[in-house]
Amino acid sequence: MTSPLLAVAAATIHTPHIDYLSILPVLIMMGGAVLLVVVSSLVRKVLGISISTLVASATSVAALVAAVVQWYHVSAHGPSVTIAGAVAFDGFAVFVQIAVSMAMLLTALVADGYLRREGADGPELHVLALLSASGAMLMGEANDLIVVFLGLEILSIALYVLAASNHKRAESGEAALKYLILGGFSSAIFVYGIALVYGATGSTNLPEIADYLARNFVASNGVLLAGLALLLVGFGFKVAAVPFHMWSPDVYQGSPSPITGFMAAVAKVGAFAALLRVFMSSFGTLRTDWQPAIWGLAVLSLVVGAVLALSQTDVKRMMAYSSINHAGFILLGVQAATVQGVSASLYYVFTYLFAVVGTFAVITVVARDGDTGHQLADYRGLARRQPVLALAFVVLLLAQLGAPFTTGFLAKFEVVAAAADAHSYALAAVAMASAAIAAFFYLRLAVAMFSPPGPVGDVALAGASPSGQSAADGAATGAGVALAFAAAGDPFAEPASLAVLTEEAPEPDVATRRVAVPPLTAAAIALCVAFTIVFGIVPAPIVDFAHQATLLLH
Amino acid sequence: MHTTPFPFLTFLVLAPAVGAAVVALVPARRVPSWFHEALGVLATAVTLAVAVTVAVRFKTGDGGYQMTSNHVWAKSLGIHWSLGIDGISLFLVLMAAVLFPIAILGARAKRNPRAFVSWVLLLEAACLGSFLSLDLVLFFLFFELTLVPTYFIIGGWGYARRGFAAIKFFVYTFAGSAFLLVGIVSVAFIHRSQTGVLTFELPALVHTHLSGTEGVLLFLAFTAAFAVKAPVFPFHTWSPDAYAEAPTTGSILLAGVMAKLGTYGIIRFDLNLFPEASHTLAPILLTLGVIGILYGAVVACAQRDLKRLVAYSSLAHLGFIVLGTFALTTQGLSGGVLQMLNHGLVIAALFLLIGWIAERRGSWKVSHLRGLQLSAPVMAGIFTLVMLASIGVPGLNGFVGEFLVLSGTFIVHRWWAIAALAGVILAALYLLWAYQQVFHGTPDEENRTTRDLGWSERLVIAPLVILIVFLGIYPKPVLDRITPSVDRLVAHVEQVTHTQQPGVATTRYASVATGTSHAAATAPPHGAPPATARTTSSVGGRP
Repeated sequence: MTSPLLAVAAATIHTPHIDYLSILPVLIMMGGAVLLVVVSSLVRKVLGISISTLVASATSVAALVAAVVQWYHVSAHGPSVTIAGAVAFDGFAVFVQIAVSMAMLLTALVADGYLRREGADGPELHVLALLSASGAMLMGEANDLIVVFLGLEILSIALYVLAASNHKRAESGEAALKYLILGGFSSAIFVYGIALVYGATGSTNLPEIADYLARNFVASNGVLLAGLALLLVGFGFKVAAVPFHMWSPDVYQGSPSPITGFMAAVAKVGAFAALLRVFMSSFGTLRTDWQPAIWGLAVLSLVVGAVLALSQTDVKRMMAYSSINHAGFILLGVQAATVQGVSASLYYVFTYLFAVVGTFAVITVVARDGDTGHQLADYRGLARRQPVLALAFVVLLLAQLGAPFTTGFLAKFEVVAAAADAHSYALAAVAMASAAIAAFFYLRLAVAMFSPPGPVGDVALAGASPSGQSAADGAATGAGVALAFAAAGDPFAEPASLAVLTEEAPEPDVATRRVAVPPLTAAAIALCVAFTIVFGIVPAPIVDFAHQATLLLH
Repeated sequence: MHTTPFPFLTFLVLAPAVGAAVVALVPARRVPSWFHEALGVLATAVTLAVAVTVAVRFKTGDGGYQMTSNHVWAKSLGIHWSLGIDGISLFLVLMAAVLFPIAILGARAKRNPRAFVSWVLLLEAACLGSFLSLDLVLFFLFFELTLVPTYFIIGGWGYARRGFAAIKFFVYTFAGSAFLLVGIVSVAFIHRSQTGVLTFELPALVHTHLSGTEGVLLFLAFTAAFAVKAPVFPFHTWSPDAYAEAPTTGSILLAGVMAKLGTYGIIRFDLNLFPEASHTLAPILLTLGVIGILYGAVVACAQRDLKRLVAYSSLAHLGFIVLGTFALTTQGLSGGVLQMLNHGLVIAALFLLIGWIAERRGSWKVSHLRGLQLSAPVMAGIFTLVMLASIGVPGLNGFVGEFLVLSGTFIVHRWWAIAALAGVILAALYLLWAYQQVFHGTPDEENRTTRDLGWSERLVIAPLVILIVFLGIYPKPVLDRITPSVDRLVAHVEQVTHTQQPGVATTRYASVATGTSHAAATAPPHGAPPATARTTSSVGGRP
């Protein structure tokens, strides 16, 4: 009676045991996306924006709750490896799930107002964002190079489409094409890297690679190092580290604004998570080989990001370079190659996520109909028209700058501490110097908001004569600032009048109507600002959270 | 060290911060326009009251940190909310507490007083926090926090080129502190590698052993931030712009209080943490100090604009503070600390007066002003007094500080002191010239009708005048409190560097300045070899 059954059992393919809890947030994200698509194709009318926003935010909240459950499970039972070793279920992975679901939630809220304003319909943007987020989550828990690649592609392909999703703007399509082609290249390089690593070590599984490297001394490891270098190029592209950053200013500028924020946050979280896990878990023994490369990437990203941002007058491009600078800071933690470095990088990514999504939420709002008002001139007088919005924006900019009593300061403090701990003093000094350069363009934006409004597009004219004056003055005193001013123009300086005590210049008679802040977007901005300040003053919860989010293997 | 049941120092930092939040939250439409200013004055008055209480409770003979409070702020980062006060910081705290209400009352904002007062209060919290912090990261947080309100005060309420001045100020000082943060973190990790404890608290970190190169590099990293903030020549280029373009309140606070953050940082952190490097590099800093004195004075002579003139004179006075500090003698250092207090009071009064002149006449260009003493005799009188204090005329506070600095420097670095003396003469030159131009002569039609100081203005400036005179005549209570802490610091430096200051330098300056016979036991004539035995009373304290 039993033997036929046994024979049947033996004939089935043996599937690994699946711990569904370990991939629950990913499943929820994908499920939400599929649900939206299915429902929208079944109902007769076009699905309302409210419904798709509701489903997307509910999905994100569900994923967040699932991730919190995961966190307690990992805290109680310890980290583990599931699904035939392909997925790591550790604090680090759960941290990434939480970060990505928060970014997704905030983006869903911001996108709602954006879609209404642009008169877009259909749930595509939310669906693609959910899918992209699931890819980032997968990268965070991938314990196998193939799974990393899987996550990377899910993340990226959805992002390519998202970048193109504003069909009214030609830049959007251009951005997507550029992103697609360069992204395709980098994916190919990444896969080739995987192949070389597999050739050198005989495995794509991260712990097995580590195991192999620990047990064998590879005398001539050219293939392995070449593979490692190619992996680094792939990651470098995704995090937009210099010199693999060429795509990011164009893509940031061209993509719909809420998507740019999402891209800056989620792609960084996912790619840095995978980068940290792959390099720390598998190639920890080779750290002396890869640390110098990371050092170089970090220095280049820090300096190039900060310096090139100075001359930008398009705020989204400026933020793209600022994001490159931030990638350099996060690389400080990677370069340290220590446990502190990992948690410092995680903390940085996590706090940056709020700052950048909030920043792009404000940018979305200020851009007005058509998502076009991204020049510095569009920000002039914002503080007069909408003081609360301006103040929120200033807080988010100060956080990115690293002002004290914001999460931004602690993030910079953590990575600099990690670098100093690893004796990379020079790198730490370069990083802080770049922060000082970066201060200039964040403040330039802040000053634009606090200066009286000028006619839109007038920034060059308004700045022309004072900038000559400031450049001349600065040349006598400080060449660096003078250069910056000469390049940037002085968006706020008013023509000096003869009387020393000039009163406020009278407001020019231009269209200075307030921009509408949709309630959900306002809520998202408020959340980001509150997070930035509250956890800047009471840092312990998030700092400890990042410190406990340890890697399974390091 | 002893803890007091009531956390005075924490209260001192939080009172203005809470005041700032309250002012910011009271909506402008519901209340009369003066309401926010009144709230601001109330908050600064409460702060001043607490500061005075702290000064009263301060134990005079104790050179260590008093009234400390210590709480963990971020455990896994090793950062503590650690505050303490000693003779060096006591008078800076008092000075700040006095200057802030004066700055709010003396020059009222022309628009949006709510935001203005709120930023000023936040700045007060940050300044007091910097003076009181004993944890390096906490200090850094407050030190950096000062930039944000100052940036908005200059950028929002300043004069024609305010935006440029605000960004220049922010970027310069932010760049300086970039290295400070790296330095702080490095010291802490070097300390951890030696003791296994990660802490940023100054009393623990002073025991870190640093190699010569490490010490010098870290000293440079710290000093970069402080030299920009002070500013010390050649890092001063932001300051004339910022001082001149800032509104009067901003100039008072920038020059009066925030400049002291730099010199205070040098004394508190450089000398304590890197005594070896401070000793080695002292000649360089002394030279920069002297260049600052001479350069500031010469450039001030060339200014045709009262505000810029005072800005450059400030550079010269800060040079004296640096000179006194790096003489590394008890006298020089005490003079430096006293001079910080004096400079704060004098420069605040000067900027206040210039602000009032500009308010009446619409300009502070010397060429637009003439013969003001006829129409505004009280203003002229007060200006004279303050100017004389700035020059360093005996009987006013400027003299005591400069005298101590110069004599403290002379006994160890004779030629630097002699060069600096020229600065004293130049100061008389440019200030008297400016005074002559502005107040003497026959006024034209416009200047003849200038309003004299009103009673409210006289009341606002009165505390400064009283303090300037009082400290000039009787500086003993101040010096008595500064000395033990300075003694302790000098002893720490000498112990690490195995050097000894000449015995004459430990002479009680109260006697020098006031003539009371409170002389120390041994005072060999200068030029004599260093005294072999210093009185043990001044060496006590640190192991």
